[in-house]
Amino acid sequence: MEPIRTIVSRFVWLPLDDADTDQIIPARFLKTTSRVGLGAHLFADRRGPDFPLDQPDAKGAKVIVAGRNFGCGSSREHAPWALADAGFSAIIALGIADIFRANSIKNGIVPIVVDAAFHARLAADRAAEVVIDLDKLTVSIGKDGPSAPFVLDAFSRHCLMAGVDELGLLLAQTDAISAYEKRVEAAS
Amino acid sequence: MSGQTLFAKVWDAHVVAPETAATPATLYVDLHLVHEVTSPQAFDVLRERGLRVRRPDRTVATMDHSIPTTPRPARGPQLISDPEARAQIERLERNCAEFGVKLHALGDDQQGIVHVIAPEIGLTRPGMTITCGDSHTSTHGAFGALAFGIGTSEVGYVLATQCLLQRRPKTMRATMDGAPTRGVTAKDLVLALIAKIGTAGGTGHVIEYTGSAVRAMSMEERMTVCNMTIEGGARAGMIAPDDHTYQWLAGCPEAPKGAAWERALAYWRSLQTEPGAAFDRDVTIDVSALTPMITFGTDPSTAIPIGSPVPDAGGDPSRARSLAYMGVEAGKPLLGRKVDVVFVGSCTNARLSDLRQAASVVKGRRVAPGVRMMVVAGSQQVKKHAEAEGLDQIFRDAGAEWREPGCSMCIAMNGDRLEAGQYAVSTSNRNFEGRQGQGGRTFLASPLTAAAAAVTGRITDVRELMAG
Ligand code: SF4
Repeated sequence: MEPIRTIVSRFVWLPLDDADTDQIIPARFLKTTSRVGLGAHLFADRRGPDFPLDQPDAKGAKVIVAGRNFGCGSSREHAPWALADAGFSAIIALGIADIFRANSIKNGIVPIVVDAAFHARLAADRAAEVVIDLDKLTVSIGKDGPSAPFVLDAFSRHCLMAGVDELGLLLAQTDAISAYEKRVEAAS
Repeated sequence: MSGQTLFAKVWDAHVVAPETAATPATLYVDLHLVHEVTSPQAFDVLRERGLRVRRPDRTVATMDHSIPTTPRPARGPQLISDPEARAQIERLERNCAEFGVKLHALGDDQQGIVHVIAPEIGLTRPGMTITCGDSHTSTHGAFGALAFGIGTSEVGYVLATQCLLQRRPKTMRATMDGAPTRGVTAKDLVLALIAKIGTAGGTGHVIEYTGSAVRAMSMEERMTVCNMTIEGGARAGMIAPDDHTYQWLAGCPEAPKGAAWERALAYWRSLQTEPGAAFDRDVTIDVSALTPMITFGTDPSTAIPIGSPVPDAGGDPSRARSLAYMGVEAGKPLLGRKVDVVFVGSCTNARLSDLRQAASVVKGRRVAPGVRMMVVAGSQQVKKHAEAEGLDQIFRDAGAEWREPGCSMCIAMNGDRLEAGQYAVSTSNRNFEGRQGQGGRTFLASPLTAAAAAVTGRITDVRELMAG
C-alpha cells in the first residue's frame, strides 16, 4: 500500500444517502477470485449519462463526496477494491459505515466524515479542489479556502501514512498469541 | 456505576494485547467461518507470504452464496453451469484441502448458509468471538457470542494469526418488553427497531437485546433479531444465554459433552450483564404495540406497520429516489399491491420455525396465479427436518418451489433473481436497489407476511388469513 500524506484533487459530488456496498459493486461481480479489475464495475447499475461518475469532470478525480452512511450493508471488500481500482483514495461523507471504514483503510482509501455545514460548502463549490492533509487531519476547499478537521484514530492514520500492513503487525505478535492460547487452554 | 456487560465480559476474555492510544487491541477469534465469495483473495495472501492457517481446528468453511439452488444429484459433483461460480467453488475446495480447513461442501449433509449451519452444528457457543467475511455474522450473537463481519483482508489476518486489531466499540441496550400480538414475529420486532434507530443508528456500537420479549424468544427468533443488527449499522448484536440457549446446544453434535459440558455451562451462566452495568445508549421497543411490519423503500429502516400509508419523502432526495425506484406512492398503504415473487429464505428467516410459519399460512391454499413462490431452506439439516414434517409437501401442493439450501435470491449471484421491475415480498434482510436482481424491487417482511402475499398475490395483512 502506498503511503498517503496529502491528497489534492477535484471531487465527484455523489449526493447519495445509504450508498450500500451492493450499489458500489453489485453481487454478480463478486464471483471473481481476484481483487483487480473491479473498477470497471463501480456503481455498475447506476451508471449512465446522468450519473455523477460519468460526467466529463469526474475524470481523474480521487475523491468522492457522498451523503449519510456511505458503504453500509455487506462486508464485501470488493467495494473499496473497486473504488481504489477506479482511482479513488478518499471518501468524504456525512457518515461512513463501520465495516466499510475498516476495509477502506486497508486499501488506501481515507474515510472522512464532515458535518452538514462543511458538506454544504462542498456542494456550493463543486468545481473546486479539496486538499486532504493527514498530518493535520484537515480537509479544505482549495489551498486557502474553508477548512474542516476530521477524526481518524491514531492507528488508522499511521497505517495510511506509513502504508502499514496490519498482517505484519499481527504476525509480530505470534509469541503473545501463543501465550494467550496456552493460558486459555490451561484454564478450560 | 458497577457491573459488567455481557459484551465487556466476552471482549475482555479475548484481549491478547490491550488497546492503547496508539494501537487497537489484539483480539483473539475463537471461531472463523469461511465461504467461497470473500475468501479466495485471503488464501492467496497466505500463499504469497508462505503462511499457514494458524488454527484449522477453529476454522470451518461452507459454500452458500454463489451456488445454484436447483436439484442436486444424489452423488457425484454438482454441476455448476456458471463458469465463474464454478471456479469460485473449486477454488474454495482447493484452498480448504491445501490449508487443512474443514469444508461442508455441496453434497455434505451439513452444508448450508454459513450463519445457519454453525449454530446448528454447535460451533456457535456463548462467550465466543466469531468472525466471518460476511456482515450477517451478527446472527451468532443470539447465543451470547461476540460475532461480527469482516472484510477479506481481515479474513486473511484471522486465517494467519487467529487475531484482529480492533478498537473497543460502544454499547447500546435495546430493551424489548411486552408480548407480541397475533401475526407479529421476531422479524417484525427487529424491523421496528431499525425503523426507530435508522440504518446508521448503531454505527460504532454493539447492541445487547434484553427484555421480556427477548427472553421469551426461541433461539431461532433470537437469530433473526441478531442477524438484522447490521441493518441498523451495528456490527454485532448479543443476547445473554439462558435455558433456551443451553437446550439448543445440548442437542448439537459439536457441543461439549460430559464434564466439559458442566464446565462450559458454569462459564456460560457467568456471562449475564450485571445489574447497574452502563451502556452508552438505550432504546426501548414496546412489543405489545407492534403490528406486522413491511418495508416500502430501498433500505431496511423504511419499515412501516402493514396497514400504514407510505410516508412522504419530506423533501429528502434520497427518500424520493427510493420511492420512485420502488414505484410506490406516498400517502397510500402498500396493502393490496400486486407482487410477482415471494422468497422465503436467507440467513434471516430460513430456519425450521420460519418454514413452519410460512407453511401454516400456505397450507390448504394455492399460490396465487402469476406469482412465483420460492422456499429455500437455510441448510441441509433444515431441509431434512422440514421434509420429515411434510412442510415441503405443503409448499409443493400449493404450487411453490422447494429448492436446495443456499443464499439464493437474497443476493442474486447464483441464478436466483428478480427480473427488472418485478416486485418481491422477501424474508431476507436487504431491500437495496438491485440486491435481489438488477431492477428488482423488494418488500422485506416476515415469513408469515410473505406467505400471505404468495397465496393472495398481493401485499396482505396476514392476520386476515390466520385462524382464531
Ligand atoms: S443469505 Fe443473504 S445475507 Fe445471509 S449470508 Fe447469504 S447472502 Fe448474506
